[in-house]
Amino acid sequence: MQRRTFVKGLAATSLVAFSSTSLQAKSKRTSISNSNRLSGNEFFLTIDYTTVNITGNTAVATTVNGQIAGPTLVWQEGETVTLHVSNKLKKSSSIHWHGIILPSAMDGVPGISFNGIAPGETFTYTFKVQQHGTYWYHSHSGFQEQTGVYGAIVIKPKRKEPFSYHKEYVIQLSDWSDEKPTTIYKKLKQMSDYYNFSQRTVGTFIDEVKEKGFSKAFSDRSMWNSMRMNDRDISDVTGYTYTYLMNGQNPATQFKVLFKKGEKIRLRLINAAAMTFFDVRIPGLKMTVVAADGNHVKPVKVDELRIGVAETYDVIVQPKKNKAYAIFAQSIERSGYAMGSLTPSSTLLATPPKMDPVPRLTMVDMGMDMGAMNKKEGTGMKCSSGMKMPNKHNMKKYKFQAMEDQKYPITKLPMSRGVQTTMMAMSPKYRLDDPGVGLRHNGRKVLTYADLKNRYSTRRAKKPDREIVLHLTGNMERYMWSINGIKYADAKPLIFHYGERLRITFINDTMMNHPMHLHGMWSDLETGDDNHLVKKHTIIVQPGSKISYRVTVDAKGAWAYHCHLLYHMAGMFRKVVVA
Amino acid sequence: MRRIKNHCKKSLLSLVTLIALGQNLHAAGADDPMRTMFLMDKFEILNNDENTRVWEGSFYIGYDIDKLYLYSEGEATSDGLETSQNELVYSRAIAAFWDIQAGIAYDKNDDASKTWAEIAIAGLAPYFFETRAALLFNSDGNVGLRLDAEYEALITQKLILTPSLEADFYTKDDPKMHLGSGLSAIEAGLRLRYEFVREFAPYIGVTWEKTFANTRDYNPVNETNLMVGVRFWF
Repeated sequence: MQRRTFVKGLAATSLVAFSSTSLQAKSKRTSISNSNRLSGNEFFLTIDYTTVNITGNTAVATTVNGQIAGPTLVWQEGETVTLHVSNKLKKSSSIHWHGIILPSAMDGVPGISFNGIAPGETFTYTFKVQQHGTYWYHSHSGFQEQTGVYGAIVIKPKRKEPFSYHKEYVIQLSDWSDEKPTTIYKKLKQMSDYYNFSQRTVGTFIDEVKEKGFSKAFSDRSMWNSMRMNDRDISDVTGYTYTYLMNGQNPATQFKVLFKKGEKIRLRLINAAAMTFFDVRIPGLKMTVVAADGNHVKPVKVDELRIGVAETYDVIVQPKKNKAYAIFAQSIERSGYAMGSLTPSSTLLATPPKMDPVPRLTMVDMGMDMGAMNKKEGTGMKCSSGMKMPNKHNMKKYKFQAMEDQKYPITKLPMSRGVQTTMMAMSPKYRLDDPGVGLRHNGRKVLTYADLKNRYSTRRAKKPDREIVLHLTGNMERYMWSINGIKYADAKPLIFHYGERLRITFINDTMMNHPMHLHGMWSDLETGDDNHLVKKHTIIVQPGSKISYRVTVDAKGAWAYHCHLLYHMAGMFRKVVVA
Repeated sequence: MRRIKNHCKKSLLSLVTLIALGQNLHAAGADDPMRTMFLMDKFEILNNDENTRVWEGSFYIGYDIDKLYLYSEGEATSDGLETSQNELVYSRAIAAFWDIQAGIAYDKNDDASKTWAEIAIAGLAPYFFETRAALLFNSDGNVGLRLDAEYEALITQKLILTPSLEADFYTKDDPKMHLGSGLSAIEAGLRLRYEFVREFAPYIGVTWEKTFANTRDYNPVNETNLMVGVRFWF
């Protein structure tokens, strides 16, 4: 464990002062499971500045009703909810209900669904709840999500669920920094590896020489270095500045989930972080995954799961011993962790397990075809080299690749290759059964997308009418992010046709996982069984891979479509117009 | 060459736009706010008889694609001699890892000075070499080429070894400025810094500097010096 993580963990998370009183007169307040829940049909939420102490130093957060995380909202499927959101900040604000199917005007994205909530104003959202499960809400304005404007949504189902449990808890993971988000973003622009303290060193190379011999170690290094790529580039922002939280508690104070021996506990896992993927496990216990992004899946027993930014998973655990279990959520790049205790007594805390080693990207993560490489077909990947523009030949080859698995008519979209892109995955593969960088062959059963099957049949869903292919592109050196090499500011909206069934294929031309979130409509993920497409709202696209899903375009209006990593979002973003 | 010319024209136009629009460009996208960076890459004292003080720094203001750069490097000795090279260039990203730059350079050699027109390319070459090549033209018809390359080798996450190499060439003699035609000077350095934080790193190192041909006649240099210094940025 890094010293810094430890030091930060020592200080207790506390809310020092409330700068305003929250208006919750009409909301029933119950304190189930040690977290602040609001339930009913009408909710009053206030976004305001709050002084907090999460790291040992005080900092000013932006909060919902004065707390981090904001209150958990409990809704009932089939009912209409009304939410009055008051903005007491000096800047425009908003709340987006993540994964909720609702009219475009209620979606809460400034500039797309409404004008935002001006300082001092109150906006009233109202919509019918047409789904159930675990979701969350967050600000869609500036970087307010990073500084605390987020909370959980639990929607009680109309019908009995196909599994049982004794108790349920929300486990909301997030990342907190005392640095201002604008400072973090500026630093990333000035020096994109500012927060990366797991870089290769001269010693790493010497170790590799010992391990593989000089010529193999040298040629491996040569391949990465000639492309100006870094195999330790896992997360942009790390535990150097982040303290990882579970329901607002740091690893020292620990959030506590109480159980009696033999009880079945439902954990509603939500990744509300700005930039952090978490690998979650409870050493000593199997987790049975029963829902993904709010929707029931066929139960799968796993030891560990990776939860991308903005995803949710519902798992059921059944502790058999009277001891404290660690709910351990290490960040993907292993610079720190969020942790809580699953314990029979609030005074009995679990000890954290050892973190896994720092992961390294492989050639697979760069979208390279290992077979082609062996055949001396070249490196299988084209980098922008020197002053040369990417040449026509490669472009052609690339387009051909996409044509190969075409089953549906493809609508061509504008594409640009220049300053915005540093690499191109030449042989992107579907890697649904790949647990991902840092989780491969770790001896544990790790959940993959291939394990996810819709609980209900999707056999009757319409076949796609057409397909679009979107490339996730970026320039890590300059810290620029885009889709198809075109950033949001320069892009035309994507046009979806009302009533169509659209297939979307993503190809990740970067070395980072991107959690892609389409607002307003479900993303029906192809995981290998077309009769059980998984209903999701956020899809992780692994580095160098491709992934496809289907969207029933049934919601008119304008919608946001973007990478949910907060500092990628402004560029890796599209407006979708359904007409 | 025509492409470079076009680029220069475009660059100058963009520079004017950049200055004229100022903050308005901010509205172009939240992904690309206007920003500045000041980097004092070298700020050091050599342990020679003159206790030569050396600096090399840069400042930019701008956006992802368009920036205005100010470069300055030079040295001052305890007996009051001062030489420096200063550049003000507009810089535009034209490829994933490369910027093209155009502007003016101003050299100072004690009381003498010289102004140049300049174009340069700067960026990250394969194998992570930070490089810059500048072509300079002045009213005497002299053409200069200045090459810079630097590499960072991590001993640990915070202890960083930086070899660097600089070479200058000219087409004509300029006795006042101590510049001779052909290969004029080479400077090689090796610096070991410790980053207490990213922004602040003291270092120790060694430099070797040598002048050649006519430059050597004007200003004979062939010395190796140890140094201490500090690197900082914000």
